[in-house]
Amino acid sequence: MSRIAEVQVGLASCGIAAGAEPVFQYLAKTLASKKVRVKPVGCLGMCFSEPLVALVTEDGERFVYGPVDVTKAERIIKEHVLGGTPVEDLLAKEDGFFSKQVRIVLENCGEIDPTSIDEYMARGGYQALRRVLKEMTPQEVIEEISKSGLRGRGGAGFPTGTKWAFAAKEKDPVKFVVCNADEGDPGAFMDRSVLEGDPHRVIEGMIIAGYAIGAQEGIVYVRAEYPLAVKRVRQAISAAEARGFLGRNILGSSFSFRITVKEGAGAFVCGEETALIASVEGKRGMPRRRPPYPAQSGLWGHPTVINNVETLANVPWIIRNGWEAFARYGTEKSKGTKVFALAGKVKHSGLVEIPMGLTLGELVLEVGGGIPGGRAFKAVQIGGPSGGCLPASLSHVPVDYESLKEHGAIMGSGGLIVMDEETCMVEVARFFLDFTQKESCGKCTFCRVGTKRMLEILTRIVEGKGTLGDLDVLMDLGQKIKSHSLCGLGQTAPNPVLTTLRYFQEEYEAHVKEKRCPAKVCRALLTYAIEPDLCRDCKLCTKACPVEAIKQGPGKFQVIQEEKCIRCGRCREVCPFGAVSVR
Amino acid sequence: MVKQGSQTVAKRGWLREFQGFPRNESSVIPLLQLVQEREGFIPPEAVRAISRYTGVSEAQVYGVATFYAQFRFQPRGKHLIRLCQGTACHVQGADVILDHLKEKLGVKEGETTKDGLFTLEVVRCLGCCSLAPVMMIDNETYGRLDRRTVDKVLSSYQKEEG
Repeated sequence: MSRIAEVQVGLASCGIAAGAEPVFQYLAKTLASKKVRVKPVGCLGMCFSEPLVALVTEDGERFVYGPVDVTKAERIIKEHVLGGTPVEDLLAKEDGFFSKQVRIVLENCGEIDPTSIDEYMARGGYQALRRVLKEMTPQEVIEEISKSGLRGRGGAGFPTGTKWAFAAKEKDPVKFVVCNADEGDPGAFMDRSVLEGDPHRVIEGMIIAGYAIGAQEGIVYVRAEYPLAVKRVRQAISAAEARGFLGRNILGSSFSFRITVKEGAGAFVCGEETALIASVEGKRGMPRRRPPYPAQSGLWGHPTVINNVETLANVPWIIRNGWEAFARYGTEKSKGTKVFALAGKVKHSGLVEIPMGLTLGELVLEVGGGIPGGRAFKAVQIGGPSGGCLPASLSHVPVDYESLKEHGAIMGSGGLIVMDEETCMVEVARFFLDFTQKESCGKCTFCRVGTKRMLEILTRIVEGKGTLGDLDVLMDLGQKIKSHSLCGLGQTAPNPVLTTLRYFQEEYEAHVKEKRCPAKVCRALLTYAIEPDLCRDCKLCTKACPVEAIKQGPGKFQVIQEEKCIRCGRCREVCPFGAVSVR
Repeated sequence: MVKQGSQTVAKRGWLREFQGFPRNESSVIPLLQLVQEREGFIPPEAVRAISRYTGVSEAQVYGVATFYAQFRFQPRGKHLIRLCQGTACHVQGADVILDHLKEKLGVKEGETTKDGLFTLEVVRCLGCCSLAPVMMIDNETYGRLDRRTVDKVLSSYQKEEG
């Protein structure tokens, strides 16, 4: 058994939220005298077992423990670090979580100290930049990226090389590279994890993009709700400046480039290119017509390339390993990998990176480990509020841009929410529309008013006041909003409604015709009752009821008075005998 | 932690605080962020100062400030509760938590409790989806919430007040 050389603790936002900080403090303090390095790392991906602690031996073997608290950390130190025997029962259970993953963007994430530029460089960091500046012309860089088949990972899938070529062609001496880190999809945390766990890779990607198109300035536009990511990016920029990777005459070449950080102010629409530009310029974040495309006329009228975090994070890897290595992964038109934030009703919620072309079923049931509690897999929402809900019956659909689009969803930025039989699809559609409706900037009538009307209809349906005619109106309005909106927000906002109408029509009809919610979610359509046979008359429910709707029944049991009941479900939560049923 | 109502800044005048930022439109949002970080909200005199500093009209500064969800125009309570209503939290029952918080605190979204202790806000995704449902109080994150844990957390802040 070789000696433990290093102990890594996952200290990304979610790790900290799960309580990794005290574990880190404890390990650092206890192992200080033992010549074992304890270091913070970014997201290890296995959020379902957070807080995570990884032990690395001198031979490079890795043991990942989780969830770890201070008591467990004590055991790990005693038995494994000092005793040399892995603590089997505390190891994080990965159950196939990593078996189908390919890590390009996440190759360092969760393994290096994100605050250390040396660790990034020890793993080949900034070699791509060196190679680009010493051996390649900007034209060659663009060709390499084009041949790799890399497409925009923000969701739309525009070929990155083509975008760069457009900007490179412009004669303007002033050009910009913008890293879009305004990750606004509720349920997505890929970009945050990359920026927190391996920020230098994004910085390196930006510098290479700058060289390729002839820009002198880069801007990272990052959500202000991600304080740790903002901090890590700022640290990475200063470290890169100190080593001469940023600034004047980078690595002795004639190329100069600097990067600044702009914090977004909380507007989902600013993920759209032209809205983002308006926001950086200090205006309301409202999109404008294209063309001209930002690559021709962007920030303050200058050519501007806007790439998503994940897109840029792929760039150094492609340059280092060659386009062929990258294009080996994926399908004919979608090359490489895609990072997903798996969440919702799935066992292995976390950050995963899979080769394009893996099927939805493999992603949810194998990588994701399936649904907890033995419930049935019902659907996935892919692409966030702009995406669509695909039913379990489409498990064979491969994850690539074209296939997902064909079925009414989009690749999106990588949010993937799994839903089981206890999720109501009508209610989920309402939830997403509520989001996009509030985030609509108000410029286009169809988006501004149309989403509002759709939301009203959906609200009516979940309250049991819908009619069959409402379903036709939803369909009609949805299609019109898609075709009459200027930007991606409006063009995709109806997707969750249209896909659920397409794949779960019977669920809509149950709400409308029978005033029934099959998933038992929509409160207005539920009836709570106490089963007299199961009730032991303990009166816990009566005490818990906030509206005094429960009273003594004719015998040794309690009854719910339906007319008083507000269907909050508290009685069901507190009943130790499972006597409260819901229909 | 956000410091509230620091009189010194108001007295010294905002214009001096703004030194170093470019005197044009591109500074409007960073300056609004600076003001909110200092004061906890955007007071009217700060809008005037930003207008004077950047040369952008007051109406336009208000236009920008009201467009973005981040900016607040009322002072906020001592502790800011941000309840996540992202997708993962939603499917894990965050609306039950929201109703519970509203009932416990006697406020609606965006409001501050009478004692000034809490302001309740709803946000879309704190990015801790695997811990859903999640809320943040100031910079502390609380995950896997149910009504009971919410009560416990709230009372720990209330006790702190004595």
